[in-house]
This record gives sequence, C-alpha cells and structure tokens, in this order.
Amino acid sequence: MITALIILAILAAIFGLILGYSAIRFKVEGDPIVDQIDSILPQTQCGQCTYPGCRPYAQAIADGEAPINQCPPGGETTILQLADLLGVEPLELNPENGEESVATVAVIDEANCIGCTLCIQACPVDAIFGAAKQMHTVIADECTGCDLCLPPCPVDCIDMVPLKTKTTNWKWSLPESNKTAPKA
Amino acid sequence: MTTLSSFKGGLVLDGHKKMSASQPLQTAQLPEKLIIPIQQHIGHQPEIIVSVGEHVLKGQCIAKATDNISASIHASSSGIVTAIDEHPVAHPSGLNAVCISIDTDGKDEWRDRNPLKENYKQKDCTELLQIIRKAGVVGLGGATFPTAAKLKSCDQQQVETLIINGAECEPYITCDDILMRERADEIILGVQILQHLLKVKQTFIAIEDNKPEAIHILTQALKKNNSQNTDVISIPTRYPTGGEKQLIKIITGKEVPAKGRPADIGILCQNVATAASIYNAFYLDEPVISRIVTVTGNAINQAANFETLIGTPMSELIDQSKGYTKDVAGLVMGGPMMGFSLQSDNLPVTKACNCLLTKTVTETQTVDAKACIRCGECADVCPANLLPQQLYWYSSSKNFDRAQDLHLFDCIECGCCSTVCPSHIPLVRYYRFAKNEIWAQEKDREKSDIARQRHEFREARIAREKAAREEKLRQKKEMLAKKKAEEEGKADQTDPKKAAIEAALARVKAKKESAAEKPKNTDNLTEQQQQKINEADQRRENNKTKTEDAKQ
Repeated sequence: MITALIILAILAAIFGLILGYSAIRFKVEGDPIVDQIDSILPQTQCGQCTYPGCRPYAQAIADGEAPINQCPPGGETTILQLADLLGVEPLELNPENGEESVATVAVIDEANCIGCTLCIQACPVDAIFGAAKQMHTVIADECTGCDLCLPPCPVDCIDMVPLKTKTTNWKWSLPESNKTAPKA
Repeated sequence: MTTLSSFKGGLVLDGHKKMSASQPLQTAQLPEKLIIPIQQHIGHQPEIIVSVGEHVLKGQCIAKATDNISASIHASSSGIVTAIDEHPVAHPSGLNAVCISIDTDGKDEWRDRNPLKENYKQKDCTELLQIIRKAGVVGLGGATFPTAAKLKSCDQQQVETLIINGAECEPYITCDDILMRERADEIILGVQILQHLLKVKQTFIAIEDNKPEAIHILTQALKKNNSQNTDVISIPTRYPTGGEKQLIKIITGKEVPAKGRPADIGILCQNVATAASIYNAFYLDEPVISRIVTVTGNAINQAANFETLIGTPMSELIDQSKGYTKDVAGLVMGGPMMGFSLQSDNLPVTKACNCLLTKTVTETQTVDAKACIRCGECADVCPANLLPQQLYWYSSSKNFDRAQDLHLFDCIECGCCSTVCPSHIPLVRYYRFAKNEIWAQEKDREKSDIARQRHEFREARIAREKAAREEKLRQKKEMLAKKKAEEEGKADQTDPKKAAIEAALARVKAKKESAAEKPKNTDNLTEQQQQKINEADQRRENNKTKTEDAKQ
C-alpha cells in the first residue's frame, strides 16, 4: 500500500517536472490564433469592422468579442475561411459594416492636389508618395483600396477607381448551369 | 523498339483530320497591317523597345524578355510601327491587351542574319540558351511556356530521355502533321541541338499511328541526318496521348509525380514545332515570327494549313480558305476538346494559335446541364486518375481546400469528362473556375502580406517617431529645469535688494525675540510700585477683553 503511494507520488513528481520544463522550453510566443486570423484578413486596414486595423479585429475575434462577419473587403471568401479556421458556422456579412464591393484603387487628380500631406498621414500602408506643397501620387500596387485617404482631402481630389480586369487577372466564372450543382 | 505502356482513361475520337491534312501547306499572304500582342506566352510581359513611327525590319526585336520566364517578341515583317495600344486578342475573356501595330511596307526586308549553323557544337550551354531565349522560342504545343526557361530548369536534374511530341491527339488539328511531312530535316536538326544541349542518352519522337506518312518521312530524315540514339515511335491514337504526362507514361511506363515535373524523373518533352523553331534560331538566325495554323471545321469552304506570320488577322486566313459556309455559327481557337470560343475573327494570330476551328449551327447547339447522376463515367475516362465528380462537387460549392486535396491541379483540362458526361455538365469549366479562384486567392494573400508588412512598418515608424519626440521633450524640460536651478543659486549670492530685505527681516525677528524677554528694573520694587504695576496690568486686561467683546 505505502509502496504504491510512494511510486505514484514519485511518478507524479517526475511528470510534473517534465510538464513544467516543457511549458518553459516549448513556450509559444504570441498568440498563434491571432496570427492565423490576421493572415486570413485582407489587410486593407480600412477600419470598416469598427476596429483600428486588421490585427485589432483579429485580436477581437480571437477573444470572442467580435463576430466573423464584419469585414466587407474580405467578403464571403474571408468569412468562409474564418469559419473554417475557427470551426464556427459561416455568417452573412453584417450590412452595418458595409457591402462587399469590387476591389478599388485610389487615384489622385494630380492637377488639383495642393500638397497638404493629409492623405499621406491617413494612408495605413504608406502607399501615397509626396511632400508638403508638392504633388502627391498613389503607388497603385501598394494601395489596398481602404478609402481612408478620402475624408481628410480638403480639395476632394482623390477618387476610388475599380481595379481594371485585364487578361492577366481575368477569371473563369461558374457556369450558369451551376443551379443544378450539388451543395457540399 | 521499346514496348509501349498505356495510360488509364482517355477517349478514341473521330479525327476529322483529312479535310486539312490532304491539302498542301500554303503560305498566308502578307497582311497590310500586323497586330502583334506582346504577351503571347505564359510568364512575365516583355518590355516594349520600339516607339510609334519607328521603322522596323523583319525579325527585329520589338519587345524584349524581362527575365527568364518571359519571351521576346519580334516584328513579323518590315514596316512602320503605327500604334502601341490595346487591341482585342485571342483570349477566353474576350478582353483587350497591349499590341504593337505595324503597317507592312511589302518589302518583307530582313534584319542582318548571322546564323551559327553547325558551330553551335563549340558553344557552351549558357550561350545556346541565350540564343533560344533571344529568338523568343516558346512551347508551340499549346502551353507557350518559354523554352529557354524549361531547358534551364533541367540544369539541376540530369535529363536522360528527350521526348519529341508529334502526337497531335486533338481532332481536326493537323499543323504538326504537315510540319513533320514538310520539314522533317529541320525538326531532326533542331532535335540534335536539343540533344547536344541536354546531353541526353536517348530520344523518342512520338507520333500517333494515324499519321503514317509523317512517321515514314521522319524515319527517313533520321537516317539521312545520322541521328544517334533517336527513334521514331508510333503510338496508338487515343486522346489525350499528346498530354505530356500521358505521353511519358506511354513511352517509358513512368508516372510523373503529382505536383512534379517530367525533369524530376529525368525526362523532357518538347513539341516538334518547338524543335523546328530552335532549328530556325540556329541555322537561319530567324526568331519565332510565324507558325503553321490549321484552318478547318465544318463551316469553312476550303480547310488548309497556312504558314502564317504572327500578328496576321484571323479574318485574312478565313478569306484565304475561301470564307465561311452559310451555316457558320462559331469560331474556336485550338481544338474541339481544349480550345476556346472567339468573339470575332478580327483577332491577331499568336504563337499559341495552332488551329482555327469553325463550327456550324448544329455543332454549337448546347444541351442544358442536368443533375449529376453519379454514373462514374467521368472517372473512367480521366487520364490523370482523378475523381472528376468529386472535384465538380467541391469546385461548384467553392470548397477549394477539398478540391486541392483531390489534386485539382493535376487536372490537364483535356475535356474527356465533359465529353462523356450523360448530364452534359460542363465539368472542365468548374475546374477552371476553381483553379482561377485559388490562384486569385493566392495572389490576394501575397498582396495582403505586403500590406501587413507595410502597415506594421508604418506603426513601428510612428511609434519610434513618437518615442523620439517624447525623449527630446523630456531632455529639453530637464535642461530648462537645470538652468532655472542654476540661476536661482546665483541670485541668492548677488542680489542686493534681496539681501537688504533679508537683513531687515532678521532684525525684526531679533527685536521680537528681545521683546518677549523679561522687563528690566523689576527687582526690589516697593509695595506701592508693585500695586501701580498690577493696576496697570489690570487695565490692560480690561481693555483687551473690552476690545474683544466689541469685536464679537
């Protein structure tokens, strides 16, 4: 009886030590689930989800504070991927956050730009180039189409233009007969 | 002769090849205007190096390859560049793309040509690849992948077997057939260049057995040109034997691993037309400026093959085939299985354009798709050993992860499954849709990764600037405080007014202290004196209480 107790106690101590050691040795830095959610979000940093950027929204989802349907730029694809990752039911996009629209890019009407730098300060990804009292321009490849540069512009010289479909980014659509397709 | 293996699935289709193959090869007339798209290959867009108004010579480079996975574009004839703008191109989307328009001057004047000819044997691999690259050679079997890039990728792996693909398995198309019959020597010499370049041990030229004439002519040409370790192999006619992986399976019995390339198992495939254009690059110093185009189908008056300059409008080829029949209803670029419909014939011929297939009204009638009845026919015919029905299921419901688990990207889009489907479901459309979506998602992911990096960098920069500002402010404040303290210290020692005030204060203090001392001359008082003092004190007390009462 006593021997059994002693053996069990020793075993418990050994496993406790192993667990304690591995908890320190193999500690995961940061919160991997936030990183995973963040990698799904489109990184427009537009704030339409009511959080100040994609990572805070990812944090909020991870903490269970926000539902997964508040990202209009990501739309259905992002919602499906988030639902898949988190093992929850996919939701319809919340219309309060906006509607899923085509990808756009900001274009500055360079003739009217007064060089106030306000849009440069607003751009979350440093995609606007220029200096005080100098004309500004958008680096189209880096622009995420977040619309954040529109409100600060005092002369309203920024337009959001839909991305042009070219032969290089054109996609085959689903056939019209998809109504007969099974639902998986 | 090696014993042939076989691949699973596939279809035996009606060839319809006679209508164009029975006609001799014709040369298409020089058009008045050439419209040359600058993106005619898979990979990156080349950089335009001519400007509007410039006179160009035949074979002159007009758009230069930017990197390895890119191909140069050359002027197909001499003339003047009249425009560099967007023009409709042969693409399933029907969209426009950047083209260089050249008004031909009719002289068809060549640039200087300095062919290497046999001297290529003295050159090293890098130089040979450079020549292939400069000539804008791409895979002419249909994929149009830059040939130099494909050959270069074989650097790391030893390629032992070279397979020259002359299968031409799709119905109606006969451009490779006629090329083999007309230019067998050029193909063999081109193959010899490839053999020298890759140092392969054996070479097979694979031709479907429905082209006995081509097989015969090429066998003769092999003997004539003393080709070593090279065999012409007749392979059974079954669609899609011309698929790279299927051809390798038939000839060697080996399977190319999923997601792998033939080079992984020591094999390289090249199309016969690609071999011929390599010959042109070395023996004639001519880049790819023309190709053979089959104009055929049941809605054309005179089917034929045309040696056509790149950039020639398709409508001119149709005219030279004596026009459409009355019941024409559609035009397809490529074959009936893998080709795509064109919106019009006012589009330029490109390096990828192997066939223009005209269709009649009855041929273009489509039947509405019905529900999948799970008969499994599609899986039986799939030459890539996939499960088309499952792929359809997951593609249509946008469950792309599962589709990829089932090796969606091993689908070669041959169209066998769609052809046999009794419910007429356009299966390949679903796979194309799914592939496109997955590629687009990958691109978006890449773009969002860059956006995240830039955003994080910006946040870090703002934080760093804020910290720097605060640090500066703190230092300034400290310095001010220090200065103040120092000034105060100096003032204590020097200011005369302050000293006078302090001296006065000290005097008052001393006076108060002395006033609080005991009154003098109060010793040895008489009784009378003492009484008077007491009375005075009494009065004082009374006064005090009186004033206090008055105050209250």
